[in-house]
Amino acid sequence: MTATTPQTPATPATAPRFAAPPPAPPWWARLGGPAAFTAVALLALVAAPLLLEPFRLNLLAKYLCYAIVGLGIGLAWGQGGMLVIGQGVFFGLGGYAMGMYLKLHEAGGDLPDFMVWSGVERLPALWAPFASPAFSLVFAVAGPMALAGLLGTLVFRRRVRGAYFAILTQALAAATVILLVGRQGLTGGTNGLTNFFELFGQDLAADGTQRGLYLVVAVVLGVLYLGARQLLRSRFGRLLIAVRDGEDRVRFLGYDPATVKTLTFAVSAGMAGLAGALFVPVVGIISPALLGVVPSLELVVAVAVGGRFSLAGAILGAVVMGQARTTFSEQFADGWLYLQGALFIVVMTLAPRGLAGLAGTAREMWSSRRARA
Amino acid sequence: MGAVINQLPIGLSIAAVLLLIALGLTFTFGQMGVINMAHGEFIMAGAYTAYLLQDWAGRQAVPVALPVAFVVAGLMGLVLERTLIRRFYGRPLDTLLLTWGVSLLLQQLARDLFGAPNVQVRAPEFLEGGLGVLPYNRLFIMALAAGGVLAIWIYLNRTAQGRRMQAVMQNRQLAAVMGIDTGRVDMRTFFIGSGLAGVAGVALTLVGPVGPALGTYYIVDAFLVVVAGGLGALRGAVAAALALGLLNSYAEFWTDASLAKVVVFAAVIAFLQVRPRGLFVLRSRALT
Repeated sequence: MTATTPQTPATPATAPRFAAPPPAPPWWARLGGPAAFTAVALLALVAAPLLLEPFRLNLLAKYLCYAIVGLGIGLAWGQGGMLVIGQGVFFGLGGYAMGMYLKLHEAGGDLPDFMVWSGVERLPALWAPFASPAFSLVFAVAGPMALAGLLGTLVFRRRVRGAYFAILTQALAAATVILLVGRQGLTGGTNGLTNFFELFGQDLAADGTQRGLYLVVAVVLGVLYLGARQLLRSRFGRLLIAVRDGEDRVRFLGYDPATVKTLTFAVSAGMAGLAGALFVPVVGIISPALLGVVPSLELVVAVAVGGRFSLAGAILGAVVMGQARTTFSEQFADGWLYLQGALFIVVMTLAPRGLAGLAGTAREMWSSRRARA
Repeated sequence: MGAVINQLPIGLSIAAVLLLIALGLTFTFGQMGVINMAHGEFIMAGAYTAYLLQDWAGRQAVPVALPVAFVVAGLMGLVLERTLIRRFYGRPLDTLLLTWGVSLLLQQLARDLFGAPNVQVRAPEFLEGGLGVLPYNRLFIMALAAGGVLAIWIYLNRTAQGRRMQAVMQNRQLAAVMGIDTGRVDMRTFFIGSGLAGVAGVALTLVGPVGPALGTYYIVDAFLVVVAGGLGALRGAVAAALALGLLNSYAEFWTDASLAKVVVFAAVIAFLQVRPRGLFVLRSRALT
């Protein structure tokens, strides 16, 4: 963005470029992170399945799917400075891959129900490979990564960045939705793919299956979180943050920012794809309404609410916003839209670092008071 | 061949509407680095202005609404700029999310005020019929866009205010040093840019129904026009709007409506391979 408006300062207002390195924390403070992670993991893996009723557990699984997408957004946007407002596309690719497999399995050699209704007579060639569960799962991750890799290569190599890139991802989301809706016979149109009953021989409506799915989603999220943290600590992660804060300087130092950005964008797309594939058996539907511009932006805003510069914040934001949405739209449907709009404005204006940022500020205040005492 | 000609007025009028919308965006984006997602809702506000004026002006609502919608949408933009966007200069990506929140609020407000179903604005008598394949209403939209471009060109190049606006767009700090009140210029830019969205909204009532989500159909395409046209350049916006509008309508015609947007998107990506900063760029030696 700054390349196109050279007069605006390049430093993100929320990320000081020359912050002094924080003093090394004492040994007990360094255990805080792992301890918190273990506590949350125990809560999610043991307490939640035991305490929550199946309906609430299913909802939580859905939020955790969104949290996986949020983690990818946190990586690309918070750490890499690439505002991705079309993650719904990758989520949808993963979701449709899974949905197509389930649909074909359901039909058991016949045509899926909606194709019969649309007057399709032969199974389209595009669908054929999705009869294999292995192919569907691999595609759910590899497909989005390939698409993001292609788009990233085309866009970042030409040094298109900032707002331009954000607008392009948004346009991709808009175009994808129109394409999916228009191809009724191939994609199920507006209704999308739904009516799934069985996953790998398990009854999807059974509480036990749903509990198992929840655990799978939670474990996947935990593993991805740890992986993303490790990635950020590596040389690659340092480079990614450097690209966010001064892309041209990184290039002058002899690195290739386009590669760093493309890889990160592809990783975040892969996360979204995996989340989509998990989402389908959990929620039981994938449709264009779940992956357009609006849901994509909602996820970005959830990450902003949680705290874009913190991976844990991104996850927290997705879960909190998911729950808030459920709670408020159960009570007053229209009010939720006002509340959501107002919330974005307040968060962006007053707390651009989100909930995680507020926690960080509180911690700093506390430690500075201790230091004075 | 006949189809090519029949499709031409549709493509040109889409291009005209896109142009009116994109002109405002290219100025706010080019000058202030603000990505205003609420711009689409200013279009909607313009369209509802025409709808409301029907009670008073009857079938002359559309011509009467043009100046009124300009002021209404312009004032909305002005309020947005003064209250919120002003705090966000230098954080362009954040303005995108901020203004999206505003756009959600405005859409829901419209739903509560005017109801969720679409409403119709009746076109004035003198726009019924047409010249051969050219319906008068589409001709009117094209004339409106042409007039808009001309007025903007005169404003930018022949008035002191406009020249100050260009100066701020080219180099904000230098312009400020020369004694230009950049805050004032920003306000004017936002007023005019948003006002143009209102005019586009009135024009849209001639070709379709009016609903709370009216703006969302056009805003993504209008942003693509800005990306392809280059920032802050009038001729870039004109050329890109024409190209994308025509491409859109012909792609819809030759493939089908669902593929057209994909074709347009691919075309923009391909174009960026050749001109990564858009068609016309303000040259600058500054680096990030």
